[in-house]
Amino acid sequence: MNRKTFYLFVGPSLIMMLVFIAAPLISVFIGSFYVTRSVYEDVTVESCTPGFTTQTCTTEVRRKPIIKDNGEVLTNTVFVGLDTYRTLLQPERVKRAFTQGQWLEPFRTIDFYKALRFTVMFTLITLPFVLVVGLSIAMAVNNCVRTLRGPIIFVSLLPFIITPVIGALSIRWLFIGDGLITRGLEQLTGQDISMFAQGWTIELLMLFYRVWHVAPFAFVIFYAGLQTVNQDTLDAATVDGASRWERLRYVIVPHLQPLIIFVTMIHLMDAYRVFEEVIGFSSEAHVISLQWLTFDYLTPDDSGNRAISRASASSMLTMVGIIIILIPVLRRTWREHRTGA
Amino acid sequence: MENTIPNAMRQPPWLKVGTYSFLLFWIVVAAFPLFWVVVMSFKLPVDAFASNPLEVLFGPNTQSEGEALSLIDLAVGGFFLVVAYQLPVRLAQPGLALFAPGGQRFMGGIFLGLAYLVILYVGFGFLLPGITAALEVVLGWIPLVGLLAKPLVGITLEHYYAVWIDNTFYEQFKNSIIVTVGVVTISLTVGTLAAYALSRTTSAIAFWLLIAALVFRALPHSVLVTGYMPVFIQSREFFQMLWDTPILGVVLSAFSETPPTLYGQPLAVIAVLVAINQPFTIWMLRSFFMTVPKDLDEAARIDGCSHFQAFRQVIMPVMWPGVITTGLFSFLLAYNDYLVTSLLLDNQSQTMVPAITQYFNRETTATDQIEAIAAAASITAPLFLLVMVFQKQIVSGLTAGAVKG
Repeated sequence: MNRKTFYLFVGPSLIMMLVFIAAPLISVFIGSFYVTRSVYEDVTVESCTPGFTTQTCTTEVRRKPIIKDNGEVLTNTVFVGLDTYRTLLQPERVKRAFTQGQWLEPFRTIDFYKALRFTVMFTLITLPFVLVVGLSIAMAVNNCVRTLRGPIIFVSLLPFIITPVIGALSIRWLFIGDGLITRGLEQLTGQDISMFAQGWTIELLMLFYRVWHVAPFAFVIFYAGLQTVNQDTLDAATVDGASRWERLRYVIVPHLQPLIIFVTMIHLMDAYRVFEEVIGFSSEAHVISLQWLTFDYLTPDDSGNRAISRASASSMLTMVGIIIILIPVLRRTWREHRTGA
Repeated sequence: MENTIPNAMRQPPWLKVGTYSFLLFWIVVAAFPLFWVVVMSFKLPVDAFASNPLEVLFGPNTQSEGEALSLIDLAVGGFFLVVAYQLPVRLAQPGLALFAPGGQRFMGGIFLGLAYLVILYVGFGFLLPGITAALEVVLGWIPLVGLLAKPLVGITLEHYYAVWIDNTFYEQFKNSIIVTVGVVTISLTVGTLAAYALSRTTSAIAFWLLIAALVFRALPHSVLVTGYMPVFIQSREFFQMLWDTPILGVVLSAFSETPPTLYGQPLAVIAVLVAINQPFTIWMLRSFFMTVPKDLDEAARIDGCSHFQAFRQVIMPVMWPGVITTGLFSFLLAYNDYLVTSLLLDNQSQTMVPAITQYFNRETTATDQIEAIAAAASITAPLFLLVMVFQKQIVSGLTAGAVKG
């Protein structure tokens, strides 16, 4: 295929990605150094109140946004350098907290660090659970009667393909104040339980939801991998007296290793973007994630303004994490390319 | 794959018990939250949030208020559902052969589809109520058996009615369809072209394009939306420049006097979702194209086809399974999206998933909650059908990326 036909084929896709992915990325990067705000002017207002003999008049200077002829507020965009990043990261407050030895303080009080703490912990904690649960289901299905496998795969796919917000809601409805499981737990323990009154219980539900949502994906991949495990090796291992656990540890897991790495990478990328859970569990008062933080800045506030520059800055900070996650992925692809895979 | 469990995998009884109880546990965990959503959506609030789960299931208050199903209803209804599912599975192929002789498969397919819809309408609209009513009257006379005809499970459609008719959820449904259909068709068209080219060359550019796609796939969508936001809101000012240009401006003004506002435009959101989806589509389609031997294009080229002809007439016909699978995942992305659609669409053009927040955000009364639940069940129903019909394709799509990965 010569170069010209190649570009003709790739062209439409390339243009879409350039216009809708690369261009916004650059504009966000640039936008994070600028702030757009309304221009204020000082207006001297004399306000008078009726008095006994004369009116009492006071003059005061008020700051008012300048209104253009067409009724819109006049705005201007100024370069502010790293100011927006500073408002997000609050370096002085962090330094103060650290010198006073209150290491955890920023992670409780400053939005960005709150979101960062949750996003990173969420990503790292769900990963082993997804791998272990996925592999367990795959092994179990692989060992069960053939006729049951189809229906089990069908049911297992449901949590995976369901709309994330709705999946989170379906679990939330089991655990809300008068939900089924809360009632059950209350009867068991004889205590009042409210899962949505404090942060850590919501976090538990969010972790549970994510494992429930992604384990089927890991299961399907591992299950496909199990079909290609070399039976002779397994039989040889059995003859050599390897126990069930040893066979799993030394034959099956090494065979699945490329798939385990694949699931890990996909999961890290996806879990780091955690967002729908915050919406589904309405957890914004207690637990927020990095992507939700940007979303929140983009949502119009009460007066209809969107904090675009702050959203840009938080987007850029979110990207740092993505790059860290991507480095091993890219190195791997590069190696494969070099070896000519 | 042989049909017996290999020696090394054979399990002692205790492990077998363990395996099956674990599977049972997983099935319950996987399905129960969704099952419960469906159950609650048909109940009055009193029953839906009753402390006794059996009351939620059978809905005594719902029963006394309105309709209820007897065991006969459930059995006949279940039978109808099975038939409705088996009908296309069993009869689609022979039916196509019968009604679409001579290669008119497309028209034959449309005809069969319409016929199936008519059958469904008649079956569930007239036959089912008729048969159950007749059965209940007849069996109700026989002692003991008559118990089968007694109302058992309370059911109410009032929340679905409120959601779909009173709150005009069909508008959002329509918007969802527009967005998903647009995203699936455009991203497949654009994606197959690119993926085909990428699978047929080993040049450095192709490699770097794939790497770029990999990086783009990992981007949080909020980052991209941040980039679109200013353009979308002030698109009128942005595009005014184009409208002011001498020649192009005249052409553009012929379409509309003033530049369009992108905010709230389904078309703009479709473009955004297609672009977001593109990296994933390219990677997945490419892995499917890799399985199509290169000899096939070469043979076509020798026969005098251009690259595009070879692609259209030789490669695409064998690629349909891959295209359908990738289309399913594009559909899921567009249908399930919350972030992009909630930020870039306005109230009139809102799709179903973001619209549901308006229900649970105003969870002031129990009725509102059940309406949210009914809306959630409505959104999930198409996905359920999707897995039912396309289970094989979804599984093959998931593994397609991994085999290479």
